[in-house]
Amino acid sequence: MNKTPASATSASIPPAIPPSAKKPMGQRIKEFVTDYKRQWEIQSMVLPGIIFMIIFCYIPIYGLTIAFKNYTVIDTLSTAPWVGLDNFRIILSDEYFWDAVINTLGISFLKLGVGFIIPIILAIMIYELNMGRFKKFVQTISYLPHFLSWIVLGGMLITWFSTSGLFNELLLNLGLISKPSNILLDAGKYWWIATLSDIWKEAGWGTILYLAIMAKIDPTYYEAARIDGAGRLRQIWNITLPNMKAIISLNLILTVSGLLGSNLDQTLVLMNSQNREKAEVINSYVYRMGMTQGDFSYATAVGLGVSIVSVILLLMANKVTSKLNDNQSVL
Amino acid sequence: MNQKVIREDLDSRIFDAVNKVLLVCFMVIILVPLWNVIISSLSSGRALAEGGFIFWSKEFSLENYRAVFNDSTIGQSFVVSVAKTFIGVITHVFFCAMIGYGLSKRYIRGRKLYVAMGVITMFFSGGMIPTYLLIKSLGLLNSFWVYIIPALFSYYDVVILMNFFRNVPDSLEESAKIDGAGDWHIFLKIFIPLSMPAMATIALFNGVGQWNDFMTTKLYITDQALYPLQMKLYEIIVQSQTQSMQNIGGSVVIETTTKGVQLATIVITTLPIVAMYPILQRYFISGMMLGAVKE
Repeated sequence: MNKTPASATSASIPPAIPPSAKKPMGQRIKEFVTDYKRQWEIQSMVLPGIIFMIIFCYIPIYGLTIAFKNYTVIDTLSTAPWVGLDNFRIILSDEYFWDAVINTLGISFLKLGVGFIIPIILAIMIYELNMGRFKKFVQTISYLPHFLSWIVLGGMLITWFSTSGLFNELLLNLGLISKPSNILLDAGKYWWIATLSDIWKEAGWGTILYLAIMAKIDPTYYEAARIDGAGRLRQIWNITLPNMKAIISLNLILTVSGLLGSNLDQTLVLMNSQNREKAEVINSYVYRMGMTQGDFSYATAVGLGVSIVSVILLLMANKVTSKLNDNQSVL
Repeated sequence: MNQKVIREDLDSRIFDAVNKVLLVCFMVIILVPLWNVIISSLSSGRALAEGGFIFWSKEFSLENYRAVFNDSTIGQSFVVSVAKTFIGVITHVFFCAMIGYGLSKRYIRGRKLYVAMGVITMFFSGGMIPTYLLIKSLGLLNSFWVYIIPALFSYYDVVILMNFFRNVPDSLEESAKIDGAGDWHIFLKIFIPLSMPAMATIALFNGVGQWNDFMTTKLYITDQALYPLQMKLYEIIVQSQTQSMQNIGGSVVIETTTKGVQLATIVITTLPIVAMYPILQRYFISGMMLGAVKE
C-alpha cells in the first residue's frame, strides 16, 4: 500500500488553525445553518443515513450500559437499577463462561494457525499456473463453497459424518476404520471439525485478495531473477512473498481482532448435546444466556468484555505488524 | 551454462507438475462432497440408510423432492427468501448510494462529523442484546420489515460507492447544474446510470448475504410464516439430529426420511445461488478490489 500523496503533503505543512475556530460559537452555528439550508438538497441525501446510524448503531452502543445494571423484563433501559461491576464479578467465577473462552480461543487459534497460511499457499499455487483455462476452473471451483451458508454446510456436514455418510464410507473403503462412527458426537474432535470445515469453506475465497495483489507485481522482477538463476521456489520466496507483506499483515490484523468473535452460525448448527462442552463459544454463550434464558444484563456484560479484549487485540496486532513493515502502520 | 539452463527447465517442470497435482487434489476435496450431496438427495430412503455409495446413487429416486414440495411451508419459506432478498437488495443499494453520493461531495457541511460517525460504526457496535432490545422497542419483532430496515445501511458499502462517485468527472455535474438540474436530479439521472457496475457488485454481495442470513430470523422471528429457507432448513437439521440421537438403532424409517428431506432442502436452498454464480463471478472480483485495495 502506497502512502497517498495527500497525507504526505499534510504532514509536511503545519496544520493551519481553521478560521472558523476563532469565530465565536454563535456565529459559527449561524454560518452552519445558512450553509446547511443552501445545501438542503444534498443534505437530504445524507440525513437518512445519519438518522439510521443514530438509531441502529448509537442507541445500541448506549444500550451497553445495561451491562452495569440489573435489567429485568419489567424495567426499561433507564429505570433499571445500577449495579456497578457486579455482572463482571459474576463472570469471573462462572465456569461455563471460562469453558466458552477456552473453546473460542482454541478454535480461533487453530483457525488462525492453519487457516491463515492455506489461502496464501493456495494463491501462490494458482498464480504459478500458466494454463489460462485450468486456472479459471480452479478459481471458479475454489470460490464456490464461500457462497454456501453455514446452515447449508452444517446440514451437509451432518450427513457426511453420519454413520452411513460419505466420511465413514471413504474411511471404510480405504480400510482406515472397521466400524462407522459419528465424529460429530465426539466432543474431543469438535475443534478440528470446526476448524477444517471453516477452511474448506473459506480457503478459496481468501485467495482473491492475494491474487489481486500478485497481479500487480512487475513481471520484470521475475525476468531479472531468472537471469540470475533463481528457481521457481526462490522466486516465490524472494519476489512474490515480499510483495504481499503489507496485505498479509493487514489480513492478519483483521483476523486477530476477530479472534474472539468466532462464527456463531457455525456453532449453532454444529453444536449438539454430545459435543456442547467443547463447542460452546463466547458468542453462542451470549446467545444462550441472553436470548434463551433472558439474562440480558449478564449477556451484555459478557459481550462488552469480549469487545474490549478484541479492541486490545486489534491494537496489539497493529503494533506487531507495523514493526514487521518498517514501522509503518498498515491500518 | 547450457547444462544449467536445462536443469532449471527440468526443475521448473517438476514444480509445475507437483503444483498441478496438488491443485487437482484440492478440486477433488471440494467437488466430491458437493457431488455426494446432490446424488444422495436423488437417492431413495432405503439406499440412504444403507449407505455405501460415493459417486453414483444406488437407487435413483425423486421421493425426497416430492416430500419437500408436498410440505407447503417450504414453498412459503421460498417466497419469504425471495421477497426479502429482492426487496432487501434494492432498498439497501439505493439507500447506500444516496448517502455515498452526498458524502462524495467534499463541500457538504458537517462531512467530517458524518464520516467519523460512519467509521465508528465499522469498529464498535452494541452487540446482540442491546440490538435485540432496540428491535423489540421499535416493534419490529415478528415483522417482515426486520429483514429490510436494519439491513438498509452499511458504511463499508457507502465508502465503496462514495469512492466510485468521486471518479465520475466533476464537469458532468457542473454542466447539469448550469442547465438548472438539482442534486437529486443529477444523482438519479446521471450518477446512478454511470455507477451500475459498482452498484451491481454491492447488490450481488448483499443479495448473497440476505439469501444466506439466518441469525435475523433466529433472533427476531418466531412466526413460522416468516421463516426463510435457511431457517426452515435449520429446523429440519435440528429436528433430525435430536431424532437420530433418540432413536439410535430405533426407527430407521423416520431417520432416513428426514435425512432425505434435509438433503433435498439443502439442494433447493443452494440452487438459486449456484444458478446466479456465473453472473456473480463476473462482478465479485472487481468488487473485492473496489472494497479492499485502495490506491
